Amino acid sequence: MGNMATQTEFHVLAVDDSLIDRKLIERLLKTSSYQVTAVDSGSKALEFLGLNGENEDEERNSSVESVSAADEDHQVGVNLIITDYCMPGMTGYDLLRKIKQSSSFKDIPVVIMSSENIPSRINRCLEDGAEEFFLKPVKLSDVNKLRPHLMKGITTKNEMQSNTNKRKGSEEIQSPDRTRPRYNELEVV
Amino acid sequence: MDRNRLHNQVASMRRSLFDQGYLDDQFIQLEELQDDTNPNFVQEVVTLFYNDSTRLIQNIEQALNSRPIDFCKLDDYMHQFKGSSSSIGAKKVTNECTAFREYCNAENAEGCIRSFQQVKQEHAILKRKLEVYLQTVRQASQTA
Repeated sequence: MGNMATQTEFHVLAVDDSLIDRKLIERLLKTSSYQVTAVDSGSKALEFLGLNGENEDEERNSSVESVSAADEDHQVGVNLIITDYCMPGMTGYDLLRKIKQSSSFKDIPVVIMSSENIPSRINRCLEDGAEEFFLKPVKLSDVNKLRPHLMKGITTKNEMQSNTNKRKGSEEIQSPDRTRPRYNELEVV
Repeated sequence: MDRNRLHNQVASMRRSLFDQGYLDDQFIQLEELQDDTNPNFVQEVVTLFYNDSTRLIQNIEQALNSRPIDFCKLDDYMHQFKGSSSSIGAKKVTNECTAFREYCNAENAEGCIRSFQQVKQEHAILKRKLEVYLQTVRQASQTA
């Protein structure tokens, strides 16, 4: 069929309270062929992930209305989170901490953006688990740095699948508990 | 040919916007993000900026008119303003925002008020220039 051997479409969750910056980051990410969900606050980000802000482990997410990314498999929905640092309410740093404290989401790479070049801030974010720290305005060259972090996530999870022809869409690839799609008579485990 | 003239006009307007320091490299980033699938990206972002910044200007005016002046709130608004203007490559506007924030940090009301006039001025000048420039770009692209 037509979708053979396409790379898994990565899904990035972008968090920024600025409308303009959201538009920019969305365009930057889409240009790089990522699927994007953009939200305007840390709490909306957590909501989208299916975390209700108390680090509940929403494993199969059966109780939630399933609007969120944690539909198929809690680790599939979102492959990377990129967030602004300075936001009212929950800062990007607060969000980073919550993600890293969640057993469901701690392995999702988190990138922080900020318009302010404050070394202590940058170091703190990196020490507490952020993969990268981008100074705003974010450029295409910054977004290009995301791919290795995303690829790392794929290879650790399902090494086989990234190498086989895919007949179905990306959603089904990393759902070990769903019906396993067959790829060329190989059953993926 | 009309088309060449228009294209030359676009090129020269664009060059002067950069040469005169109204725009910086970030604007080029916006241009690079525009393509056939998003043919109006630059205009969309500029429009968003002007809508958003108009709102912020009103907020800042209000904050500057209240007594006592809440410098924290002022700084917050200006942080947003500066962020947006920097995101579209509005160099002079961004610089005026930086100057404002310095007065703000020093809690210098007079300085803030004066500086804000500069911010508004640059904001308005750029708006006019961008309107003309983008209109010319549109005309040039339609004259195939």
